[in-house]
Amino acid sequence: MNIVYTDVLVVGGGLAGLRVGIGVRRRGHDVVILSLVPLKRSHSAAAQGGMQASLGNVAKGAGDNEDVHFEDTVRGSDWGADQQVVRMFVDTAPKAVRELAAWGVPWSRVRKGDREVIINGQKVTITERDEAHGLVAQRDFGGTKKWRTCYVSDGTGHAMLFAMSDQAIAHSIPVHERTEALALIHDGGRCYGAIVRDLVTGVLIAYVAKATVIASGGAGRLYRVTTNAVICEGIGAAIALETGVAALGNMEAVQFHPTAIFPAGILVTEGCRGDGGLLLDVDGHRFMPDYEPEKKELASRDVVARRMEQHIHSGKGVQSRFGQHLWLDITLLGAAHVNTNLREVKEICQYFLGIDPVRDRIPVRPAQHYTMGGVRTDHTGQSRTLEGLFAAGEASCWDMHGFNRLGGNSVAETVVAGMIVGEFVADYCDGVEGHVGISTGMIHDFLSREQARLDAFFTGKGTEDAVALRVRMQEIMTAKVGIFRAGDDLASAVAELQELLARSRNIGLRYRARGANPELVAAYRVQKMLKVALCVAYGALTRTESRGAHFRHDFPQRNDAQWLKRTLAVWKHESDTLPTLTWEPLDVMKMELPPGWRGYGAKDYVDHPDTAMRAAEVAACRASLAGFDRRTVQQALMPYAHLLPARFQGLNERIDERLAQPAVVTA
Amino acid sequence: MNDAAQTVPVVAPTAAPAAPRKLVIRILRYNPQDPASAPHLQAYEIEEADGMTLFIALNEIREKQDASLQFDFVCRAGICGSCAMIINGRPGLACRTLTKNLGVHITLAPLPVFELIADLSVNTGKWMREMSERLETWVHMKQAEVDLTKLEERMDPDLALAIYELDRCIECGCCVAGCGTVRMRPGFVGAVGLNKIARFRLDPRDVRTDDDYYDLVGNDDGVFGCMSLLGCHDVCPKKLPLATQIAFVRRKMAALGWKG
Repeated sequence: MNIVYTDVLVVGGGLAGLRVGIGVRRRGHDVVILSLVPLKRSHSAAAQGGMQASLGNVAKGAGDNEDVHFEDTVRGSDWGADQQVVRMFVDTAPKAVRELAAWGVPWSRVRKGDREVIINGQKVTITERDEAHGLVAQRDFGGTKKWRTCYVSDGTGHAMLFAMSDQAIAHSIPVHERTEALALIHDGGRCYGAIVRDLVTGVLIAYVAKATVIASGGAGRLYRVTTNAVICEGIGAAIALETGVAALGNMEAVQFHPTAIFPAGILVTEGCRGDGGLLLDVDGHRFMPDYEPEKKELASRDVVARRMEQHIHSGKGVQSRFGQHLWLDITLLGAAHVNTNLREVKEICQYFLGIDPVRDRIPVRPAQHYTMGGVRTDHTGQSRTLEGLFAAGEASCWDMHGFNRLGGNSVAETVVAGMIVGEFVADYCDGVEGHVGISTGMIHDFLSREQARLDAFFTGKGTEDAVALRVRMQEIMTAKVGIFRAGDDLASAVAELQELLARSRNIGLRYRARGANPELVAAYRVQKMLKVALCVAYGALTRTESRGAHFRHDFPQRNDAQWLKRTLAVWKHESDTLPTLTWEPLDVMKMELPPGWRGYGAKDYVDHPDTAMRAAEVAACRASLAGFDRRTVQQALMPYAHLLPARFQGLNERIDERLAQPAVVTA
Repeated sequence: MNDAAQTVPVVAPTAAPAAPRKLVIRILRYNPQDPASAPHLQAYEIEEADGMTLFIALNEIREKQDASLQFDFVCRAGICGSCAMIINGRPGLACRTLTKNLGVHITLAPLPVFELIADLSVNTGKWMREMSERLETWVHMKQAEVDLTKLEERMDPDLALAIYELDRCIECGCCVAGCGTVRMRPGFVGAVGLNKIARFRLDPRDVRTDDDYYDLVGNDDGVFGCMSLLGCHDVCPKKLPLATQIAFVRRKMAALGWKG
């Protein structure tokens, strides 16, 4: 038997997985990171526009703090988020930017004095403060009250991933490249690692670990049109689901990004609109203010994406031979700005569209972009039902995004979750619960089971084509489980996905090499992807309301009375063709920010019976503490600091909020 | 100095359709894992589609004609550096190469120098990690821990931009594949490595001195090995200023060697 023993096994070599690895390594634990691709090639690199953290250095960010970031994030989530987790996140995000700054990320910096920017289509002069000179700069993004998005031109994810990867190398962390976890080893209550396939040789290896961390990113490739990299197939979530014990949370919450280039689906950053770019229709008319007078192009992504599709349906799309699209216009930003702050966008436009965005409008249409759902965990990142299994980043649902993620909050989450979950994983390994008592017999059983599954593809008499099944799944998801959803479409999507799942159990291979074999990979992955797709489609069918990115034509209202709850999906038996769904209610009486209007989008919603009572409580608490500082008020409303690892407690300094005493060194 | 294969004529996606071309794509096939495999060129014929890139073309070949064909793509947007290969004799990123900018006969081969995995797939990851470990391509901080609650250290905005300019390297391996020196000196760190030294030299957060950098690249496997053929500069997909950076590092290292 091929067995590798380690303390911590991390599935996924992007920002979240690497930061978990570095965290546990610094705490003295061995760690192995598995990656489908070489180090520095993960999808984290594709984050362009930046990372939200309330540093408040730029003039338009002055007054920003954790409270404002918290409210923006909860409103963005359409009240689906776990508010304590959001608090942990917004508190740690500034620390994450500062850590990355120390590790070498070349964050764009504030330059004191006057500068000209475009706001709401107009040239405006902003004066940056002297005392901010040289600190990390922020740009505007959708759904935020302040300019909060820290950035490195529009190559933020790239710069972050390279600095993080280089730190992993500095910490001598092994990354086993071109390996894929096929199944988790578990006994129904405790996870012990994973069965892993070497994608070059085809050999199966058992990795046995005290703690296993899923950090494998999102599942964008369930869809035909997605900005996601080709490796974002949701396999990490799928192997958690296939335990029959771990739950996936809110898989129906799928984000569509407003500006993917048309028709290739490659992302151009929200920074285009944050920096002043406009959305135009076939007549060159700027239509977003007609729908969203408050936030215009900078409402949250779910709202902007829906308004764009609505505008196309109203006959104002631009016809092309590939279908209809709209225009993103950044010509008004000027060559100097585009060439400095939007250079990846410029390259993408040049290479894939043959246009220069300094002069030409960019054809765009919304495309699948982000998976809000994932492996359901508590605030430490650990599964609530399968001990020893953790998740971090896009693959997880701990749940800070609820039903819609704000731009700039995902690349921030990867690092913040890596920091926080890494500490909790290290604690877990330090404690008695971290001890592993697993027999080699059990490891052998899991290895044999996975080997037998692969062998069946070679020896079986299957006739189905794996790629054809995948393509059909992607078409169904894009056509029927997309931006606008309706009961009849969803029901037919679920039915056909079930049929595809049944057919996927009868796949045959044309190419039968047992080593590297792309067709074999497509075959076992599509079986897993279909299960995840069914969690998305069935969750969407069952949720008879509209919330965040989940919009139902037949139930257009957000319904807090019935649906202020998280969907949990468990795949109980291998032979099932549907997940078993349960729902986990959110407790309004514990919310710091009770449900209300988001400040953009639809204004009508059905209140939860507790909302009025909690709103009154919150108002009374605020009134009784008038005159106290914001942190005292916050602490009274919803304590959270005790949830953070000791290492990341501590107030964040800002130029407008200097720390009175020397800060506590958390080393 | 521009890569002709990657210079795109300005054509809006709404331009009038033309009759599709038949492309003949010849691919250097070899799978070292398979004892029966021998290196050979294999030709595939496909019909060109609008906006077709080599990413689209290769996937179509694999899905419809030959399930055994191996290649690497990840982001398919020119960002991650996975898909570098030799396109009509020249290293480049396949994902963002539009077929309409190539003739009907296209020849693809794996990058040289790197360990071949199979067909168009090579092990750049292993090479880059070894290079990173050797050159210690991370910021050597003044202290291991920083107080994360305090304001970040300030940096001149122009310096941050200058560092990012060099930090844009995606480690795709094109510069190494286009390098004459590395053919004679397998231990040569390549432009990718020398650019990293230039990048960390520029970064005030890194405490290393030129003496330290001299220990890393002040030799023939480092900056003195470069023959200044500058194939690296010509083929870099990110158009990094490799020629000036290598010259600059060499001048600094030579001055130091002279003194020492």
